Amino acid sequence: MMIHRRTALLGLAASWTLGRSSLAFAGSPGGPDDPRFVVIILRGALDGLSAVTPYGDADLRTHRRDLVLPEPGQEGGLLDLGGFYGLHPSLQTLHSLYGEGQMLPIHAVAGHYRSRSHFEAQDYLESGADNRLSSGWLNRAVSVLQGKANRPDGYGLAMGLTVPLLLRGSAKVGSYAPAGSQHPDEDLYNQIVALNASDPITGPAFRNGLKARGFSDATMTGMKNASETGKPRKPDAFMQLSTAAGQMLATPHGPRIAALEIGGWDTHAAQLGRLGSPLAQLDRGIGALRQSLGDSWKRTVVLALTEFGRTVRMNGTGGTDHGTGTVTFLAGGAVAGGKVGGTWPGLRPSQLFENRDLAPTTDLRAVAAGVLCDHLHMPPQAIATVFPGPKTDTQKGLIVSA
Amino acid sequence: MRLVSAINRFGWGQRESGSSDIPLREWLSRQLDAPDAAMFRTVGPCSDGLIALREQRKTKLQGDPLVKPIFQMEVTTQLDNLLVTDQPFRERLAWFWFNHFTVSLRQGGTRAVIGAYMREAIRPHVTGHFSDMLLAVMRHPAMLMYLDNASSIGPTSSAGRKSHHGLNENLARECLELHTVSPASGYTQTDVTSFAAILTGWSIDMKAEQPGFVFREKAHEPGEKTVMGQTFPEGEDGGVQALHFLGTHPATYRHIATQMVGHFISDTPSPQDINHITSVLRDSDGDLREASVALADLHDTNRSGSKFRSPMDYATAVMRALSLGGAPSQPDDPHSPAHQLYAAFASLGQPLWTAPLPNGWSDNAADWSAPADMLARTDWAWRMAAHVRAGDPMEIAHIALGPALRPQTQLAMHHAGSRQDALALLFSSPEFQRR
Repeated sequence: MMIHRRTALLGLAASWTLGRSSLAFAGSPGGPDDPRFVVIILRGALDGLSAVTPYGDADLRTHRRDLVLPEPGQEGGLLDLGGFYGLHPSLQTLHSLYGEGQMLPIHAVAGHYRSRSHFEAQDYLESGADNRLSSGWLNRAVSVLQGKANRPDGYGLAMGLTVPLLLRGSAKVGSYAPAGSQHPDEDLYNQIVALNASDPITGPAFRNGLKARGFSDATMTGMKNASETGKPRKPDAFMQLSTAAGQMLATPHGPRIAALEIGGWDTHAAQLGRLGSPLAQLDRGIGALRQSLGDSWKRTVVLALTEFGRTVRMNGTGGTDHGTGTVTFLAGGAVAGGKVGGTWPGLRPSQLFENRDLAPTTDLRAVAAGVLCDHLHMPPQAIATVFPGPKTDTQKGLIVSA
Repeated sequence: MRLVSAINRFGWGQRESGSSDIPLREWLSRQLDAPDAAMFRTVGPCSDGLIALREQRKTKLQGDPLVKPIFQMEVTTQLDNLLVTDQPFRERLAWFWFNHFTVSLRQGGTRAVIGAYMREAIRPHVTGHFSDMLLAVMRHPAMLMYLDNASSIGPTSSAGRKSHHGLNENLARECLELHTVSPASGYTQTDVTSFAAILTGWSIDMKAEQPGFVFREKAHEPGEKTVMGQTFPEGEDGGVQALHFLGTHPATYRHIATQMVGHFISDTPSPQDINHITSVLRDSDGDLREASVALADLHDTNRSGSKFRSPMDYATAVMRALSLGGAPSQPDDPHSPAHQLYAAFASLGQPLWTAPLPNGWSDNAADWSAPADMLARTDWAWRMAAHVRAGDPMEIAHIALGPALRPQTQLAMHHAGSRQDALALLFSSPEFQRR
């Protein structure tokens, strides 16, 4: 471990000083042992209380009895995280990583902004500021980190059809989308079919079009989702992207930072049934990253974050509405995991934010800054560039010390 | 707000919010009474295209190196205009009449002049008399090339006797069948042949310093000719007279009234609606400004959204709703708005200026709503929406659809977890497929 850390440091330092002319050389010392960083944006607002449930909090069930899964050990129950928190049962991979000390959920986090609009909040989340900027914090971090090291496809890499705001900006980044990923996911198609159901022209057209593409009727009417139809699972788009990202990050002179995104979190209704599928996708994606990163996994940090949390109380349709505090996940061989981070704010009405949301106790920017500084060795004075606006702390102890 | 449905039906999809509540008729006539604001400063006359074509042929250049830049410039400047125009009704009429007098890239050579054809033969006459547009079309090199009249030779003309070449009836037949009186008028094969003889000699001089239309006396069939009971003299003027006769014929007015109602109001135009436009045309000697504004009389809000958007309508409306376009597109930049639109027309099934047959693109929902077509729209819109960096999707939806936006669509959009998904839902809603 010691050696790895040193080479990583050396690699970055070398590329810093040698400059552009050192193309061939800068790549080699800063090669395979570089730290890797993957950011996954969960678009649509993940309900943190369902992903990492504080089943030990006596007030939880008064707010959302019908949304709480059985306690650990019971059938279909939570996966225990040390006696107070339980992990959603769809997060099997994350749970085993937790057991290996490689997974660190941090509870009650939120960005510094307060917005309950998806679109605004996602813009702020990715800008790393309280307003919308034209570049993302990860791109600014890449500018600081890559020095002048030239990599054929850039130091950063966006996975998917477009480069998200998170990675947009002056630093050159690559992007990658596998063939066949250029259309909406099944869930969105289903919504579109429903939206057109009563139309005499477009209704049958959408239904038949999707049928011709191999979607079953049952899927389209929303009776079942694909995981229940009993067919062997095809790798979903997110898993494909994750695998590809891991492979590219593992290449000796490939990119070192990647961003992915995954939707399906906006559970306003029937949350209990609907959250399992996106969580399982996320879980498989992180599993795919681990597998495809191979030996580089031990130098990797994956950060999964979402724009805001959801209301603590269940709404009238078995779901939750837009809220504030939520959970964020760190996973990877370089993560000092096996515990739940953050400060639990409590769930008594007086403890809630605006008497409805989980009160945030950790600034999401501090978590990101902690990873950038301690894992990617970003100089602390660069934090103000990466996260402009109100000063950000740097969360310590997220990364295993070398 | 009430006007949004009309703006969509008579225009190209609402762009930004200019919610002035002026009466529909006034909104329409203002656009037609002001001069055409489209400038097209970057493109030259038809002769430029013909010179390029001539040089390519003379030096046997492969791969269209001289014509291609002209064509690309035409596409960018005309599609840029389509995206940003403040005269969307005038613009829709221009494309409607282009389609009525279709010239297609499927016929070789037209690529050099098809853009000029739109600008020179169609646009100047959108608010003029139909017979003037007809004459401009029939003399334009693009049409003479497309429907083969340039090589049609009178069998007993001096050129015909020497070369043993003869009539080509193509332009004459399509002019009767599609452009003017239509088969309902009861013309016969003799009329077609006779009209083709009238049009002999209407050709293109490729050798001139400024190549363009020429009347070739030597290829013109001698003698008087009769079409639909009317006799026309020998010579170029016989053709001009015949076209005036056809362009002002009552059967023509009925035919184009049917086309106009079919395009603007309903796939199945009602006899009353057709009668209304026909009578306006008849009473005004075929004044297209009058007939176009009279379409407002047929627009009632109960029937708004009764026309299904063609791929060209749809892609343009999506890009206008997203406020794309504005700065002039570079002709060789594949990511410019004009190129994205051009590519969208093709991928959604209606490649620009490439109608399969002289009768142009269909105006009926049934031809554009196959399952694969709908999914192609959704997938394309989803990809477009991925590039939207800012803005509130709900605001975009209200501007684009006004009162036609259904609560169900709003709810689905409200629940969408990303800007991209929300916009994909908007652009996949049944109300967005219509104008």
